[in-house]
Amino acid sequence: MTAEKPLTKDIPADGQALDLTGYERTGGYRGLRKALGNMTPQQVQEEVKNSGLRGRGGAGFPTGVKWSFTPMGTDAPRPKYVIANADEMEPGTFKDRYLMEGNPHQLVDGLILAGYANQADVAYIFIRGEYKVSQERLARAIAEAYSAGYLGKNILNSGYGLEMYLHVSAGRYMCGEETGLLNALEGKRANPRAKPPYPQVSGLWGKPTIVNNVETLANLPHIVEHGAAWFQGLSRTKDSGTKLYGASGKVKRPGLWELPMGTPLREIFEEYAGGMRDGLRFRGVLPGGASTDFLVEQHLDVPMDFTEVAKVGSRLGTGTMIVLDDHTCPVGMTANLIHFFAQESCGWCTPCWSGLNWADHILRAMEDGQGKPGDLEKLEFQTKFWGTGHTFCALAPGAAEPLQSALKYFREDFERHIREERCSFRK
Amino acid sequence: MLTAEERQEIEAEMARYPTKEAIYIDAMKIVQRHRGWVSDEGIRDIGEMLHASAADLDSLATFYNLIFRKPVGRHVIMLCDSVSCWIMGYERMREHLAERLGIGLGETTADNRFTLLPIVCLGACEQAPALILDNNLHGNLDPSKIDNLLQECQ
Repeated sequence: MTAEKPLTKDIPADGQALDLTGYERTGGYRGLRKALGNMTPQQVQEEVKNSGLRGRGGAGFPTGVKWSFTPMGTDAPRPKYVIANADEMEPGTFKDRYLMEGNPHQLVDGLILAGYANQADVAYIFIRGEYKVSQERLARAIAEAYSAGYLGKNILNSGYGLEMYLHVSAGRYMCGEETGLLNALEGKRANPRAKPPYPQVSGLWGKPTIVNNVETLANLPHIVEHGAAWFQGLSRTKDSGTKLYGASGKVKRPGLWELPMGTPLREIFEEYAGGMRDGLRFRGVLPGGASTDFLVEQHLDVPMDFTEVAKVGSRLGTGTMIVLDDHTCPVGMTANLIHFFAQESCGWCTPCWSGLNWADHILRAMEDGQGKPGDLEKLEFQTKFWGTGHTFCALAPGAAEPLQSALKYFREDFERHIREERCSFRK
Repeated sequence: MLTAEERQEIEAEMARYPTKEAIYIDAMKIVQRHRGWVSDEGIRDIGEMLHASAADLDSLATFYNLIFRKPVGRHVIMLCDSVSCWIMGYERMREHLAERLGIGLGETTADNRFTLLPIVCLGACEQAPALILDNNLHGNLDPSKIDNLLQECQ
């Protein structure tokens, strides 16, 4: 039996978007009809909790558990908000764009379901400014959903109502951070907020707010329609569902594939991405975007799910791998990553703005042949300083991951840069 | 002064958010869409309409990547400099653009035809190296493809 691909099987191969008729023909909004007709919000929450769905934005937090903190009932503060985090800016990640461009209604559908489950009044899709095609297609999908009665007051005569707006960001990596996103939506700089209170209790304009990633939301129509047990059965490991996996770098076939959760890294890299281009050898991989630890040859058989990748010292992250080959400089690659994080730091927490900039300078100097003895120890000290608990958000802890693992697995490259006062990969 | 059209577009945004502050950023995007960039005068115009201080608006304008506080050319090129594009040849593309246009990152050509800017990951890593030219994504770049793109811009 070929594996099921609920999220991507209906996406047209010609690059066009599935319109409302096409989406309905493939079962679209059927889960919503079922939920509004036969299920209480609590039952939808329960189904999602039982499905084991974990957040696909990178953190892997169980979606049903996240929702369980939303104040429910008539005493709950109003309005309540649900937000689709479509601010895909994790370097190396291009999965949400594919979902939004190919099947925008699937996201709208999922967001309405999240709204119903949490009894939200207003929904925003927070999308990055550069995703023009996604914006046009989502705007059309929202308009179509309104005219078909899936949005607005009294959806499908159920008594439940939801307004949905597309919010186009002005761009900054920090907007993808849950509380940074809330500040951006409120018209402020996208600095993170202290937690607690968590957004479920006090989020957008101080009201209960749920923020979920695009791929997470896209799963909801299928979970509600087919049930938690079906979703559990899609995967190859304990973490449930399918996952959009991707590969970039000098592999034969860079791309994106929906596969059972827990598909081994080696299988994705060799069979789907086709392995390295001719004449190149594999050296390492960031398994799930820029803010995950490098893995190397010995880790290739790890099943790509949240639990198993953590066991070998990295994270599934966004599931889109960036591959390092033996003709690309690991120091240069690390310098590029740290420069990104330093530039995108919002400046709120000292270990982040100060430490990342310091590391950025050290690494650039090293690439330019100005590395000094003691630099590696300074960098190692910094990665510990950026760890969880020292900052308000996950930007600096995320930046520490590629750096600390590069220092571990590619140490001889760093030492050689300092010793030879040059980058030997540059002609 | 805001034009009637700018004012109308800003007012339309207000319906979607409960506070005026929430549309500070959108208002600047609207002004930029009409004028190409957000000048001090643009900041002042928005401030008057929304009762915002110039300092608050400027702190937002300088925080967000896609708001320009300097004039830009007729065509804006945003070249991705993040990791997948870096691996796939970002530096060569940057050098090629710099040579063709005679400018570096953050600069505008003397004939006001092009502005060249760096941008973070465009979510097009499977077609790296990539850039955005006037809102359109172009991937799998090489020097000749870049030359063709430049030629199409007047």
